[in-house]
Amino acid sequence: MTVLLVALGAALGAPLRYLTDRAVQAQHDSVFPWGTFTVNVIGSALLGFLAALPAGSGMMAFAGTGLCGALSTYSTFGYETMRLAEEGARFSAVANAAASITAGLGAAYCGMVIAAAVTG
Amino acid sequence: MPNAAADGHLDHDVDPHADPHLLARLRCVPWSTLAAVSAGGVLGALARYGLTSAFPYGPGEFPWPVFGINASGCLAIGVLMVLVTEVRRAHPLVRPFLGVGVLGGFTTFSTYVVDIQQAVEDGAPAMALGYLAGTLAAALVAVYTGVRLTRLLSRPRAGNRP
Repeated sequence: MTVLLVALGAALGAPLRYLTDRAVQAQHDSVFPWGTFTVNVIGSALLGFLAALPAGSGMMAFAGTGLCGALSTYSTFGYETMRLAEEGARFSAVANAAASITAGLGAAYCGMVIAAAVTG
Repeated sequence: MPNAAADGHLDHDVDPHADPHLLARLRCVPWSTLAAVSAGGVLGALARYGLTSAFPYGPGEFPWPVFGINASGCLAIGVLMVLVTEVRRAHPLVRPFLGVGVLGGFTTFSTYVVDIQQAVEDGAPAMALGYLAGTLAAALVAVYTGVRLTRLLSRPRAGNRP
């Protein structure tokens, strides 16, 4: 049952990442990978919220492991950062790594605060 | 019947540049791409779930399974991207399925971030910082290694082509 919930969450999360990435990147005419940055920040906020609730094991499997896990990505983040450095955009590469991790941590913290406020 | 082709049939003898809306429609994401991303994402996430279930880690412990997942996923995307963009023309669904789907679903940024935060809360800030920097360094080295190694191994064959 847990396996099915993880699969269902990922079946939604992965295409959601693809569509969000396309939509966000289309708004920015820049080399900076705003699309991946956006999905990683949203995924971190949602997982921070779920972890602090705390959500039940079924909810965690579906929304945490499945949806947030598939919505966020480290492989594309790593690849895009390396590509920026390789193409000479060293500042953008460092900025992408620093901003993604800082914003991800901040977003997860906000998610936790919201969860604490909701549950009282 | 001059309007027969206009009611939803995208014939290739219709000039898409004549109508910007038609061009926009042609640029829509095909369902096959979304299905490939989704199916790949399920496989990647299930592999991640299987690994983290087989090698569980407690509060305050270094999240080695997620570290390994993210580093190996980065190595794999380095290999894949060189293969599909530089070495050979791949089927249009290979990159959405393997790159966006499987590797995107396998690796995770959200768990990485939340594990760092929980390690700090559990009183292990040094471990949290080591995990933060260690994953980033391993991921970048892995992508670089994957890209360089694949280019190196594929070069002789590319050079032999007439």
